[in-house]
Amino acid sequence: MCHQTVSLTARHLEAAGIPTVVIGSARDIVEECGVPRFVFQDFPLGNPIGKPWDHAMQRATTGMALDLLERAFAPRTTVQTPFRWGDDAWRENFMRADDSNRAELARAGEERRRAQAEATTRGIKRGG
Amino acid sequence: MRDRQHIAHPTYLRYIDKLREYYAASGYPMPYKWVHFTDVPFTPLPKPLSECRVGLVTTAFPMSVAGAERSPKEPYAMPTDPAPDRLYTQDLFWDKDATHTDDVNSFVPLAAMSEFVAEGRVGSLAPRFYGVPTDYSARRTEQRDAPAITELALEDAVDVMLLTPL
Repeated sequence: MCHQTVSLTARHLEAAGIPTVVIGSARDIVEECGVPRFVFQDFPLGNPIGKPWDHAMQRATTGMALDLLERAFAPRTTVQTPFRWGDDAWRENFMRADDSNRAELARAGEERRRAQAEATTRGIKRGG
Repeated sequence: MRDRQHIAHPTYLRYIDKLREYYAASGYPMPYKWVHFTDVPFTPLPKPLSECRVGLVTTAFPMSVAGAERSPKEPYAMPTDPAPDRLYTQDLFWDKDATHTDDVNSFVPLAAMSEFVAEGRVGSLAPRFYGVPTDYSARRTEQRDAPAITELALEDAVDVMLLTPL
């Protein structure tokens, strides 16, 4: 959801005459929204600039964003960093919904709706 | 060509599909409707980067929101110097199993940008960085928060903006 919020903000800035570049890891959300310039970091959500404490990687990613600001000549220009997270297990694990956990997800969803309904009847404002 | 692979699906994670399937399995059959545009605005760089003031936008918030009673978040601006050691991200949607956000520079490039300024690659860093609240309502972002960020950018005479969602 952060990626949509930021993409919409980039579009607004750009329309106001301020060139923008988005660095992010949710490629589909950013590209469907449509932004002028996008640096795609193919990492788990959370560290778009680079791995924690890896200054060289963070600097290289930021440098690519600056290059893109200078060189993009049309909107929807996406470049991808050369970096790999390493272990690819996160791709399978993140928000997994398959036969291994379907019943558990349905039960948890049911529980959440019941708690929300109770909170609503008690007049507690629901968080966003 | 040792890098060559054969694939049946895109290698990058498709969050729109992933979220729809996850929430459907959780008993929410109505999928979230993402924003899609055909047209995209484009403003060329107005002058060399070495003369530009660069601004940064994040979706993280000051640590002071941690533990506070949940209230609607507002766009904010915070000094870039001194850079914050930590920002609050716990309420945001990111992969809390695979990684962490203890290093602010892994999601807001304050240190890297300061170096590029010192080296002359970039003119200057704006005196403040900006926070935009992640919102399920695209309308609220478009009508309230994005204009507020643009207003802050104009106040600080920002020439170009780097935006880095969690």
